[in-house]
Amino acid sequence: MTRLFIVLISVFGVMFSGQSMAKPTPENTLSISAAFEFTSLDPSKNGYIFSRMQIIETLLDVDEKGALMPALASHWAISNDAKTWTFDIRQGVHFHDGSLLDAAAVVKSLKIALQKHGALRKAPIEQIEALGDHQVVIRLSSPYVVLGAVLANYANAILSPSAYAKDGEVLALSSTGPYQLYQFSPPHKLVVEKFDDYWGKKASIPYASYLTGHRAESRVLQARSGQADIVFGLDPASLPILKRLPNLTLHSNAIPRTIVIKLNSEYPFLKDIRARQALSDAINRVGIARGVLRTPGAETEQIMPTSMSNWHLNVPNKVSGGKAKAEALLAELGWQKNKDGYLEKQGEVFTVRLITYADRPELTTVATAIQAQWEAIGVKTKVDVTNSSAIPMGHQDGSLQAALIARNYGFIADPLAVLLADYGQNGGGEWGAMNWHNDAISRLLSELEQTTDAQTYRQKAQQVAQYIYNERPVIPVTSYVQQTSVSKRVKGFHFDPFERRFLLNEMELIR
Amino acid sequence: MKALLLKRLLQLITVVWGVGTLTFVLMRSLPGDMAYRIAASRYGQDNVNSDAAALVREELGLNQHPLEAYWHWLTDLLQFNLGNSMVSGLPVIESVQHMLGHSMLLAFAGLMVSILIAIPLGLLSAWRGNPLDSVLMGLSSAIRAMPVFVIGVLFVLLFALHLGWFPVAGYGTFAHLVLPAVTLALSLAAVSNRVVRDSAKQTFRAAFYQFSKVKGLSTWQTFQRHGVRNIAVPVVAFFGIQLVSMIEGIVMIESLFSWPGIGHGLAHAIFARDIPVIQGAALAMGVVFVLLNTLVDLLCLWIDPRGVEQ
Repeated sequence: MTRLFIVLISVFGVMFSGQSMAKPTPENTLSISAAFEFTSLDPSKNGYIFSRMQIIETLLDVDEKGALMPALASHWAISNDAKTWTFDIRQGVHFHDGSLLDAAAVVKSLKIALQKHGALRKAPIEQIEALGDHQVVIRLSSPYVVLGAVLANYANAILSPSAYAKDGEVLALSSTGPYQLYQFSPPHKLVVEKFDDYWGKKASIPYASYLTGHRAESRVLQARSGQADIVFGLDPASLPILKRLPNLTLHSNAIPRTIVIKLNSEYPFLKDIRARQALSDAINRVGIARGVLRTPGAETEQIMPTSMSNWHLNVPNKVSGGKAKAEALLAELGWQKNKDGYLEKQGEVFTVRLITYADRPELTTVATAIQAQWEAIGVKTKVDVTNSSAIPMGHQDGSLQAALIARNYGFIADPLAVLLADYGQNGGGEWGAMNWHNDAISRLLSELEQTTDAQTYRQKAQQVAQYIYNERPVIPVTSYVQQTSVSKRVKGFHFDPFERRFLLNEMELIR
Repeated sequence: MKALLLKRLLQLITVVWGVGTLTFVLMRSLPGDMAYRIAASRYGQDNVNSDAAALVREELGLNQHPLEAYWHWLTDLLQFNLGNSMVSGLPVIESVQHMLGHSMLLAFAGLMVSILIAIPLGLLSAWRGNPLDSVLMGLSSAIRAMPVFVIGVLFVLLFALHLGWFPVAGYGTFAHLVLPAVTLALSLAAVSNRVVRDSAKQTFRAAFYQFSKVKGLSTWQTFQRHGVRNIAVPVVAFFGIQLVSMIEGIVMIESLFSWPGIGHGLAHAIFARDIPVIQGAALAMGVVFVLLNTLVDLLCLWIDPRGVEQ
């Protein structure tokens, strides 16, 4: 028994000594903790984490305001008919495997991305071809102004040609970012090492590690103990304690993600705009923002945040009297309270099944708050917590009545791309309206696809926002505020509102 | 001995087939569309839609008849091929190895520490009797009554935040192992010290034990010659059961400490309907279960060879 024990102890010893001799140490590694897991090297699947860790890069980049900037394409031009896009490929850019970036590599990556799931498949692409070594031309069958923003999406990252297997599977994550992959242990841990041949601002921190912290509580503890230098997605309830710690600074940043309720406008009880308006009025957004999410000021009645000014209407949020107005609207429609306190019309009780998903823990609590507020006006509400895939599935099979979702309108840097998907098709899209037939919206959005003049663009975008605001095919509830803690030993932290990059190469560690 | 091993080998084959088939049938009979679930796990909540589901369905051939899919799995298994994950596309064997390795490491470390706690305390309880016995039993009941999650958080607060000795979460170095292992050990020891105590008490009271004292052996000699073996059989059997149940049942500790174990991985695979990973993980756990049981049986047989004749 003793011998067995000694053998086991020495086995552990050997297992660990190998790992602890590795190069990254707490002194030379910036450690990051956030909630996302990753399983695959493929940018089309988990690119969001690889682009945040700055391993992968795209042809174009996006600045804080959502405007396109040059990245691997040093310059780009759009033909007058907006159907031909020409990109000058930056010269002297090295992939992590040492090879040089050229037009052929770009074409290969984009053609492979086109075979996989992503926004590029939605673009009316006719041809992608290399013109010599340093130019790539994309020809479209119809004008598509959001192509630039789509190309900036992580799924369309440019990898070294040798990174792919024959069938397009990603074998190694050899891209061009300021950091290269050092350790990949899905689903929890990722370590990157600075890439000395980077074409842009070179990193000063030798290593950065990413650890998935599933529970918001453990992320808070990691911030408190100093084990993680930067912690994203902090629970707002923990902020008062963290604020008192001398070794941390806290950042609150608005991001273009909004909690909205997707409604099935064909569902008999929700067919009338007034019914949808009443459900919207019944929600105490200020209460939810303050009491449930603890981000006062996050309440909103619009899907887009103020930062996306083209799409945001300049109207104030309604603050009080919502419940009385809601009750009046429903009474107008002939709903009367029965003896149980529920609204009834012709023997039918006003019931709604609100589905949501557990991937974002705040959605469940917000759903129950909305349940209580709807029940208060007599709407019988059932909350079902399920998986995020239930939303598109319920949209397709028509079973969805109402769904509480957190929609990321900055997923593609130009919100038009998301709006086209959510409201463009007649009746709406899987993460937007459902059975909401508004010809004007479809027309406006397809016109916007081809509008390059800024003034006209804004005008049409405002019209779209007004239609959605007036007819409530979805009910916006609150916008998102990202809470981040940063250790004082980190200098130069900056938050990217589009959450494309952690901007690791702009940070320094103070000794 | 040979018969036992042969029997266990047969058991192993039955377990592998049974566990794999059962997980296959159960996962296939869950409501909802698999393709959507897999797509959500693959592409993330911001990027899941019916196009993604259609792509997944086509790529993985989810439209094929369940019997056909089962046949594929079975023939693959006969060639020791567990297939690829439906979510990541990586070989199942790799992720199972990664997860099971970490779970076993944590489980063994936890068990070892729990043995170091439970055996001395259990023996002391049995030896000294009241009032120490009552105090120790009360303490172990109190610890047992606390969810393991709470113990973990308390340890993190004390050793990671207050004293700053160990990291809060993560893996990769010895320091990362300490807190999860000690948390686990404490909750295990709270039960196993009772088993040690009961077994020791029974032995101390036995006629043969009393007789050996009467015939003039010292307390230590009596314990060494007549105590250890007799106490050990039920204790070893119990530790074996604890170890097995731990490998699959430490999800809470794994998620609290961001430990990439199989319990956590299996839970995620079930949410994602990643059938090959579920089958692979369940299979691996079934195999570990049979192997550990065999090991414990052999150990018990070595301690008490009388079993062979039966």
